[in-house]
Amino acid sequence: MAKRYDTAAVDLPSDTEVRVRRDFKAPRTLVWQAHTDPKLLRRWLVGYPGWSMPVCEMDVRLGGTYRWRWRQDADGAEFGFFGTFIEVSEPARLTYDQFYDPDGFTSAMQTDNRCVISGSFDEANGVTTLTTVMDFGTKEARDAAVSTGMTDGMEVNYQALDKVFEQQGD
Amino acid sequence: MTPAERLDATFAALADPTRRAILARLALGEASVAELAEPFAMSQPAISKHLKVLENAGLISTAQDAQRRPRKIEAAPLAEASAWIENYRQFWERRYGALDQLLGQLQAKPPKSRRKRH
Repeated sequence: MAKRYDTAAVDLPSDTEVRVRRDFKAPRTLVWQAHTDPKLLRRWLVGYPGWSMPVCEMDVRLGGTYRWRWRQDADGAEFGFFGTFIEVSEPARLTYDQFYDPDGFTSAMQTDNRCVISGSFDEANGVTTLTTVMDFGTKEARDAAVSTGMTDGMEVNYQALDKVFEQQGD
Repeated sequence: MTPAERLDATFAALADPTRRAILARLALGEASVAELAEPFAMSQPAISKHLKVLENAGLISTAQDAQRRPRKIEAAPLAEASAWIENYRQFWERRYGALDQLLGQLQAKPPKSRRKRH
């Protein structure tokens, strides 16, 4: 029987890569849609109180480009990612490259680094396993992304949110 | 070693299946080199080489027993390595939790603009 990934599993298949695996209780056509339809993508890729996603443009075809930008509502700080689709095999495999655009945002992530991201959508018994392999090209870029990366800015918000929950619990 | 170098050493040490098996055995308690070599089709010198890698990474140490020189597991570097990954894992799990919700909504009530397939 295939291994289950009810919660996200992360491992390091090589010095330059990170792999994330996760099961979803949905057919892969739907999981695919949630990753390729900008209207749907922004509904779950934002997901953090205090942040918005003012730009979510995607031209999902071979050679097509995409642009995602997030904005912290409190101070207007923005950052984003952009890239080009390298493989579009609906609904099984989606590969694209990615560059980090920090704008004014401070992070340890490297801006000139190209990351190649490959998503495999495998369905069995109504469950879709999504395997995402991110190849950062160098070990340094991989480690910087995993250590801090997007989590830098987002984490501030989790902490703010945790405080709100704590106060409500009083 | 810097924290980054320590992580490198930890992951390099963990990359080998024999070394992972040795750590799994030591997680149950101290063991001598002979005891560790037993389950593997390997000579004691071969096992000793693996132990050296684990020891250099700080994952195991030699307990104070001059006769048996048993090896024991060191928890701190392992915890550090898993915390590094765990932070990143939680980041993805939060995102995917939001995706779970969306997928649930889409399956309960397909948007009118979208023609239902099947």
